[in-house]
Amino acid sequence: MANVTNLNVNGKKLRVNVDSQTPLLYVLRDHLNMTGTKYGCGESKCGACTVLVDGQVMRSCVTPVSRVGGKQVTTIEGLEKDGKLHPLQEAFLKADALQCGFCTSGMIMAAAGLMNKNPKPSRDEIVKHMDANVCRCGAYARIVNAIEIAAGTAKEVAAHE
Amino acid sequence: MNDGKDDLELEQERYELFADPTYNFGFDRRQFLKAFTGGIAMIVPMSNLIARTLQQDQGESGGRFNQRVPQEVGAWIHIEESGTVSVFTGKVEIGQNIRTSLAQAVAEELHVPLTTVRLVMADTDLVPFDMGTFGSLTTPMMAPQLRRAAAAARETLISLAAEQWKVDTNSVRIVDARFVNHDASKSLTIAEVAKGQKLVKTIPADIKTTPVSEWTIAGKSVPKVDGRDFVTGKHQYTSDVKRDGMLYGRVVRPSALNASLESSDTKAAEAMQGVVVVRDGDFMGVTAPDLQTAIRAEKAIAVHWKAPGQPGNEELFDYLKQNATRRPGRPVGSIVDGMAAADKKLSQTYTVAYIAHAPPEPRAAVAEWTDGKLTVWTGTQRPFGVKSELAEAFHIPEEKVRVIVPDTGSGYGGKHTGECAVEAARLARASGKPVKLVWTREEEFHWAYFRPAGVIEVNSGVKNDGAVTAWEFQNYNSGGSGIQVKYDFPNQDIRAHGSKSPLRQGSYRGLAATANHFAREVHMDELAQLVGMDPVAFRLKNIKDPRLKAVLESAANTFGWGKKKTEGRGYGIACGFEKGSYIATAAEISVEPKTGAVKPERVVASFECGAIVNRLHLHNQVEGAVVQAIGGALFEKIEFKNGQILNGRFARYRVPRFSDMPVIEIVLLDRKDLPSAGAGETPIVGLAPAVGNAIFDLTGKRIRSMPLTG
Repeated sequence: MANVTNLNVNGKKLRVNVDSQTPLLYVLRDHLNMTGTKYGCGESKCGACTVLVDGQVMRSCVTPVSRVGGKQVTTIEGLEKDGKLHPLQEAFLKADALQCGFCTSGMIMAAAGLMNKNPKPSRDEIVKHMDANVCRCGAYARIVNAIEIAAGTAKEVAAHE
Repeated sequence: MNDGKDDLELEQERYELFADPTYNFGFDRRQFLKAFTGGIAMIVPMSNLIARTLQQDQGESGGRFNQRVPQEVGAWIHIEESGTVSVFTGKVEIGQNIRTSLAQAVAEELHVPLTTVRLVMADTDLVPFDMGTFGSLTTPMMAPQLRRAAAAARETLISLAAEQWKVDTNSVRIVDARFVNHDASKSLTIAEVAKGQKLVKTIPADIKTTPVSEWTIAGKSVPKVDGRDFVTGKHQYTSDVKRDGMLYGRVVRPSALNASLESSDTKAAEAMQGVVVVRDGDFMGVTAPDLQTAIRAEKAIAVHWKAPGQPGNEELFDYLKQNATRRPGRPVGSIVDGMAAADKKLSQTYTVAYIAHAPPEPRAAVAEWTDGKLTVWTGTQRPFGVKSELAEAFHIPEEKVRVIVPDTGSGYGGKHTGECAVEAARLARASGKPVKLVWTREEEFHWAYFRPAGVIEVNSGVKNDGAVTAWEFQNYNSGGSGIQVKYDFPNQDIRAHGSKSPLRQGSYRGLAATANHFAREVHMDELAQLVGMDPVAFRLKNIKDPRLKAVLESAANTFGWGKKKTEGRGYGIACGFEKGSYIATAAEISVEPKTGAVKPERVVASFECGAIVNRLHLHNQVEGAVVQAIGGALFEKIEFKNGQILNGRFARYRVPRFSDMPVIEIVLLDRKDLPSAGAGETPIVGLAPAVGNAIFDLTGKRIRSMPLTG
């Protein structure tokens, strides 16, 4: 059943030897030791497992690894460049857009996917796009604020200047 | 049996404290001294932390803890010889940000930058016993004691510096984390003072801490201390922990709650490479070198379960009343006289559904046995409780168990127990390797525990001028938190009865305070309507407590209560008190005409919990509570039948999402003259009744069940 899949994760070429039906989430977490991407529900309903595939939002818990062969996979670990945080990561800290932080990776990746196609989303567009991601601590308003800060459209003053 | 009050109050916290600590704490003063190598340690005796509880309890609920006052170490601050400041506490970080707020408290008193303070939390081999992180107790109890310990450590360091310089202690000050003499001609770092010391002290009784008004670090809004690890995905939750040779576990779940294992066929699973099948009584599980194989093995096992017939949603509320264990109350005045004095009377019944915590991180554990010692990484709010659970489950002494709690993907009261830890440890013992077990979302919904469902009956009498003359309030099953009134009712009979719960139930953010506030505040609205009064004026007529009055007036004013009304919008308000803090919530709602879906459009929450420790984090806690409350108020409800949970997945169990967010305005009343109470729970209680009352305002339909649209 084992299959070799060629992957490109965060710009690195990798080969994994796993059943081709294995969800990308577990390949990342268990085989590649990239645990920033989280399991939350296993049925694409909470967004904790969100990654980008060729820049598009994808739920890694329901995506067989074979489907991303040869494509560019970006995870939360791939956003920081040369020790410098991605603007969304900066903004999440600035707006205090996390409490327990378990949904944060998925939130940031979902927001990154949104900004790839729409660099200055309106508040309604943010809410609509992010609605598939669940935060149980209730940080929604601050997450919206963080995305607006990253997009340069924030009207409200961030929590920490 | 006591006078009834104790009984009632014990009932209040039955879920929080269902597993009493065994007092085999494993970290007493002697062991502490053995582990201590050098520098300066300032100990917070356990009795200081307990004494606060006792004091608070006697004021509010009768002193449960007086049997359990061990002379033990409760927490300590260690100034290492390197100058590093470490704080050791058994509290856990689950998103409430105490890793930051406790560090702030210590940095404040030590006069050192926040970044120099490190918190060692919830590792049972490293930190002293702690009952658990619940009940909104960290801020009122742990924080002030750590502040006192830090102040005492500072005074000790100052006298050591003075000794070195042979000057009077009064001439030594701390400026920017350095000790300086009177003319600042000499200075020493903390490391230079702590070096070569081996000093263990207990906080002197007369130590003074910095008044809130002079705080420069504590109480300020600062980002989460290790926030960067979270936004980069580097923080390791339990489910991210990996050990050498680690296997992956899965548990074969019963067909229904309370089912027993009749027979099984495990041959196919056992034939799989690397798979170990474990059966122990009704427990059946597998381990495999990778998760996918473990899942295949679990599915390959055929099990015949036998389950008894069990009640479901439809008969739930009758069942709870029929199986009630009635408890006496402690009536105030006379209900008979109060009813006789009333112009109008009202009897109504309110119900509350079971709901799930659905924490973002499902239960997870990594268990490892080394030379007969068990180490388990797991997300729990009660590390020492889970340690006891493990010791008991495996019949080993407590010192053979270590529980480590990585900062966890939240709990909301749902992670007081150690099921997953016990299961992982059982699998690890059978396979001889470390085992990781992460519950699926479905398992989390089915096999954790729920916020209790309940039936509440209210009988009341009111005069035409709005004065409530009689208040009879009986809660079946959901519990006694928040059941006592802060209204000035002359005749009261308030009781919380136990019952036989068809589902496993336990703590939840706010406990029964949500149910009790829902029933009380909806009933208050009904009484206001009955006597033709405005809901705010009616409440004020019955309030003497100035703090309750203050939050209610604040919420009403900020909301613009009674001013402009928009077509198609409904307005409702509620107020209350629990765990030392006061909340008033006002809500504006709309109803989608086609679907009947209720949308909170705007919410104002006024909250007062004494002196504010960290305004930003407090704001976040209040906001988070309002958001979480929307779920229980409007749509969260566990559906079940015959021991099966019918909607235990995110696809079927609706939780609040971005599009459910109202505009939220939070008013924090800062009472610098009052001690800080915890704030993680109470703000959740006001939303459901405010929204319910707003639905009535808009539609004329009175809904007496939570969820309101369920």
